[in-house]
Amino acid sequence: MAALRAGKTNNEADQPSSPVLRFGLDKPLKLDAGTLLSPFQIAYQTYGTLNDARSNAILVCHALTGDQHVGSTNPVTGKPGWWEVLIGPGKIIDTSRFFVICSNVIGGCLGSTGPASTNPATGKPYGLDLPIITIRDMVRAQQMLIDHFGIEKLFCVLGGSMGGMQVLEWASSYPERVFSALPIATGARHSSQNIAFHEVGRQAVMADPDWHGGKYFEHGKRPEKGLAVARMAAHITYLSEAALHRKFGRNLQDREALTFGFDADFQIESYLRHQGMTFVDRFDANSYLYMTRSMDYFDLAADHGGRLADAFAGTKTRFCLVSFTSDWLFPTEESRSIVHALNAAGASVSFVEIETDRGHDAFLLDEPELFAAINGFIGSAARARGLTS
Amino acid sequence: MNVTRNQRVDLEVVANLIPPQSRVLDVGSGDGSLLELLQDTKQVDGRGLELSQRGVNECVARGLSVIQGDADKDLEFYPDKGFDFVVLSQTLQATRNPKLVLKELLRIGNRAIVSFPNFGHWRVRMSLFLNGRMPVTTDLPYSWYDTPNIHFCTIRDFVNLCDELGATVEKATALDANGQKIGLSMPWWFWNFFGQQAVFLLKR
Repeated sequence: MAALRAGKTNNEADQPSSPVLRFGLDKPLKLDAGTLLSPFQIAYQTYGTLNDARSNAILVCHALTGDQHVGSTNPVTGKPGWWEVLIGPGKIIDTSRFFVICSNVIGGCLGSTGPASTNPATGKPYGLDLPIITIRDMVRAQQMLIDHFGIEKLFCVLGGSMGGMQVLEWASSYPERVFSALPIATGARHSSQNIAFHEVGRQAVMADPDWHGGKYFEHGKRPEKGLAVARMAAHITYLSEAALHRKFGRNLQDREALTFGFDADFQIESYLRHQGMTFVDRFDANSYLYMTRSMDYFDLAADHGGRLADAFAGTKTRFCLVSFTSDWLFPTEESRSIVHALNAAGASVSFVEIETDRGHDAFLLDEPELFAAINGFIGSAARARGLTS
Repeated sequence: MNVTRNQRVDLEVVANLIPPQSRVLDVGSGDGSLLELLQDTKQVDGRGLELSQRGVNECVARGLSVIQGDADKDLEFYPDKGFDFVVLSQTLQATRNPKLVLKELLRIGNRAIVSFPNFGHWRVRMSLFLNGRMPVTTDLPYSWYDTPNIHFCTIRDFVNLCDELGATVEKATALDANGQKIGLSMPWWFWNFFGQQAVFLLKR
């Protein structure tokens, strides 16, 4: 929290507290926008040890507002890593067995080049001068990181939501480098409804006078109100009606009766306000614009002449897809259409739909059935890859 | 799917028809018993399609490559000749459109293996003949109003359907009430009367 608040700049953006790989002018990142990003950097975390054969590497791709701190304390929030329930020594993704890599995506704000990073041409943060970043750009950068480790083929690439999109892009763009792929609660394209929600969030950020056309750092400000509203709206889409009702119902917040005013009378209002407030402490507003845009632009079938199966033609990768019954952001049908495309491509694919009322966010939570599926899939893939336990 | 008593025997008969290292799609893979048997003993590249989500989740947790889907709806997504063998074990009678399903099996697999309970079995015939009621036996334990088995057939019926679809019966096995194979030399009417289950190996 201190990192973002102090001096209203984002120190993690340029000098992350995790390892960082810097690419000079000789190694630019080719962007879908048609330009080159150079120089640029990737901030990452690793857990466990890469074996001699370099065959035990698992790449974890983070979601919209995630970061590289998947299995260790987040330096900004001081909270546990976002997937520590799953990843660590002796856990389902056992870091005493696998070498786990997670990098901050390009366009992010925790150390990989993004709008909050200093633009070497101006000495000021990029802001909106950064070209639009796509999911494929993120994956292209990750591939350069994997090259740096000398890893030819990743044992597994996994992630949920926007992370799942990266998994699909990996499997499609670099099939020979992905032994197994585990996309969770995701889709092969962002739906119209999802783009709509993202647009609401972006407009909220841009409507905040403190946004200053994206140059807020130069004005010593941050569009906290707009970003908080964006997060509040988005957060609703990560939950389900049933879970909200179960958790909050129409319960009142620290009061006996309605106040006949616009205070947070209801617990759900107070909860959302809290979600909004804590989010702005850890996330950069412009980065939020770029991240949401990258998801909006994602359409894997469109990249392959409109036929999703062609995105996976001839693939040898083993797939396992997971969806959740109450996820209305990426409903089961999105996963099922990927499964059908993989079937048509003759791919090896498992598909699990998990019954839960916890909505889209279920993938981040302690869901025993999710863990059982991941465990079974990783275990059988490891046997096929010849990895001993 | 609904026949439990002789399940193992049925599975072993099916498994024996499949050579090692084949590519196999098990339609209606249930709890994954057949896939597991085939993977352990024949090192096949096996995939499953199963209607019940619980069954699917259990299979995936056990490391099997299975997806949730419906034999009536989801076979169309598989490419022609994508598999060496497509197995439909004890599921045909529960499909909405058995003819179409069988046609799809023959399209997707170089060979199809179909096993089903024989509705021509003498016990079934006797039940209807003597009691005048829809048969409920230990192998077919459902009442008419709650049975998932909506398209029963006899061995003769099935052979006729194969003829209609132009499928070649390469091998056929009938199992009696004790799960024992009925001698090959027996005529069709004998199989149709004493066979409680049948296993067919078909080719387009």
